Amino acid sequence: MDLELGSAYEAFRGDVAAFLGSHWPPSRDADPKRAAAEFRQAAVERGYLYRSIPKRYGGSEQPADPLKARVIREEFARAGAPKELEGPGVSMLVPTLLGRGAEWQRERFIAPTLRGEIVWCQGYSEPGAGSDLASLRTRAVLEGDHWVITGQKLWTTVAHLADYMFILVRTEPDAPKHGGISYLLLDMKQPGITVRPLKQMTGGREFNEVFLDGARTPADWIVGERGQGWEVSRTTLKHERDTVGGATRTEDMFYKLVELARSAERLGGPALRRDDVRQELARIEAYVLAQRYSSYRQMSMDLAGQDPGLIGVLNKLNGTQIGHRIANLAQDLIGDAALSMPPTGRGARGDEKWVNQIMGSLGVAIAGGASNIQRNVIAERGLGLPRDQGDRA
Amino acid sequence: MRFLLSDDQLDLQAAVRDYALERGDAGARRGAFESDSGFDPEFWQGLMALGAGGIGAPEDAGGLGLGLLEVALAAEALGYAGAPGPFLGHVLAIHAIALCGSDDQKARWLPRLATGEAIGTVALAEPGERLRPANWEARLVDGQLAGEKRDVLYPELADVTVVGVTDGFALVEHAAPGQALTPRDGADRTRRLTHATYAATPAEAMPASREAADRVVDAALVLLAADAFGGARRLLEMSTEYAKTREQFGGPIGRFQGLKHQLANMAVEVEPARGLYWYAAHAYDRCSPDSPRVAALAKAHLADVYMQTARAAIEAHGGIGYTWEYDAQIWFKRAMFDFAYLGAPSRHRERAAQLSGW
Repeated sequence: MDLELGSAYEAFRGDVAAFLGSHWPPSRDADPKRAAAEFRQAAVERGYLYRSIPKRYGGSEQPADPLKARVIREEFARAGAPKELEGPGVSMLVPTLLGRGAEWQRERFIAPTLRGEIVWCQGYSEPGAGSDLASLRTRAVLEGDHWVITGQKLWTTVAHLADYMFILVRTEPDAPKHGGISYLLLDMKQPGITVRPLKQMTGGREFNEVFLDGARTPADWIVGERGQGWEVSRTTLKHERDTVGGATRTEDMFYKLVELARSAERLGGPALRRDDVRQELARIEAYVLAQRYSSYRQMSMDLAGQDPGLIGVLNKLNGTQIGHRIANLAQDLIGDAALSMPPTGRGARGDEKWVNQIMGSLGVAIAGGASNIQRNVIAERGLGLPRDQGDRA
Repeated sequence: MRFLLSDDQLDLQAAVRDYALERGDAGARRGAFESDSGFDPEFWQGLMALGAGGIGAPEDAGGLGLGLLEVALAAEALGYAGAPGPFLGHVLAIHAIALCGSDDQKARWLPRLATGEAIGTVALAEPGERLRPANWEARLVDGQLAGEKRDVLYPELADVTVVGVTDGFALVEHAAPGQALTPRDGADRTRRLTHATYAATPAEAMPASREAADRVVDAALVLLAADAFGGARRLLEMSTEYAKTREQFGGPIGRFQGLKHQLANMAVEVEPARGLYWYAAHAYDRCSPDSPRVAALAKAHLADVYMQTARAAIEAHGGIGYTWEYDAQIWFKRAMFDFAYLGAPSRHRERAAQLSGW
């Protein structure tokens, strides 16, 4: 059992830090967007970003090394330097195209997606198809050399900014549920598409409803074959899976919570001196440490090519539960600041910013598979209990 | 970085688990539970013959010379199997003598304890929840011990008892006069407890420092956490197995989402806690400055997780889980032991808070 990275990785850390020292931050009069793009390009050339992606598609094509990936994440975070772009284009579409896309699709879409020149949204959920996604009803019919798409998508993050959508549609209405779905690519800038924002309970507006009324896309903008869309959508790349990131984020939040308890007043004295606050903080810290060291264990299993087993399916629910605990204690500690809406704008200060966690922890609980769905997955895949009567895949 | 067990560590744990499971399920666990003494000599001798007693004993004393992590892996396996007997007190006595004893004391006791030829135990807690060396009031004056200790594991069987005193530790031999031993009607009948009063009892001083004595108590907390993880894991598996085989309404009850979610919630509590107890043992072996704090957090957390898992497991079994005949109650009571022995979770959380400078 060894928690040290070892001298080779510490030397690598020195290389990354030296690169960052000479490339970030940019000079103060530089255009921020352009500076970030130039920085990312230099980082790709050094092999620090987009490591799983072949060079011919704009990646740096490095052998999988989760420890190097971790060092890079840590050093980039320390320097506040731009990381790989986030969002459904980089995290979902690019791996799907690498796994299942046609060559022309990879050449046309991957590099500009990595550079942020084109933005994607994900067309999966529908009003009647949430957890039961495979019951989706948006139809696509091939008319000549184009697909014609009619239906509605929901919870579509950044649809109002997106250039393209990757979308699951029903193309084989007579086929069984999962076998009737295809995975298409679609230009968002066309008359058959209407995007309407959905305001969240936080006041934010990242979600949308997307109405498709005869939207068109060329016949060959399909990924995989007709009727294979369900499997195509589940393509993931096992390159340098970030098993530690979730635990690190939770830990950062926990240390902020300790600082909050240090500064907050309770009944005329520091909150941190109160028994109930100390007890709850210590309780939460044990959960945070448990998550950290099980993520190290899981990462070590990945490195050793072992199946992580049960822990692999319960990370999300575990992180969600800790987030709830942190939200609950913070809500008590901030007193009447908890009567506020979350502050808007970057760099918000004051106790009100904890309202983001009070509400946002619920977003985490729901997005990407709500907690009750996670419990089904843990019970069925993790513990081997009988599957539900439904026909979930 | 490799936060995984080595093949040797896995083999060691599997050997202890296989032995304890096979013998335990064949009757050793239930037999000891129902017996007057809570001790199964044959089971114990087999465990010692495997080398489980000497895992943490120095090699020159015939032990394996391994760290607390390896002892904890064995404790986890025994917790999983619900193994009866004086293991916890025995390995802590070895640890205390190895850490705090004189050369002569080590030479006299460690070889016999490592092989299981002799049995050892520790007497730590005192009435009024005086749980740590700084609070101990038992005194050794001119070779005579006076004081009162609570919840000593199997002192009636022990050839030697390591007793916590104001300046560290003292050794008391089995036949020493002036000992009054009063067994407790303990809930956990696989690990029997006795209150001990010493009055002018001949005892031998150990050259222990307060810091070394503190470390022995921390080691006990880590071993309790390890036992708790093993037991909680077993209860999760028992409950899952029951859900797969018990049929109602024309099929296994494990197909019902209500039960699935309860079992999933148990899994989310239990499985990540492994990382915490591993780290607590690892930090202890490396003498990390964080070790006392993490030992306290691990004991508090694992004890709570075990107890809550045991409650959920009994409920998940329905009526059968509440009977004396069914073994779930044995683990429930082992969870009660791990919860309260050497201090309930809230005490350890407060200690961790103090050690954090909160």
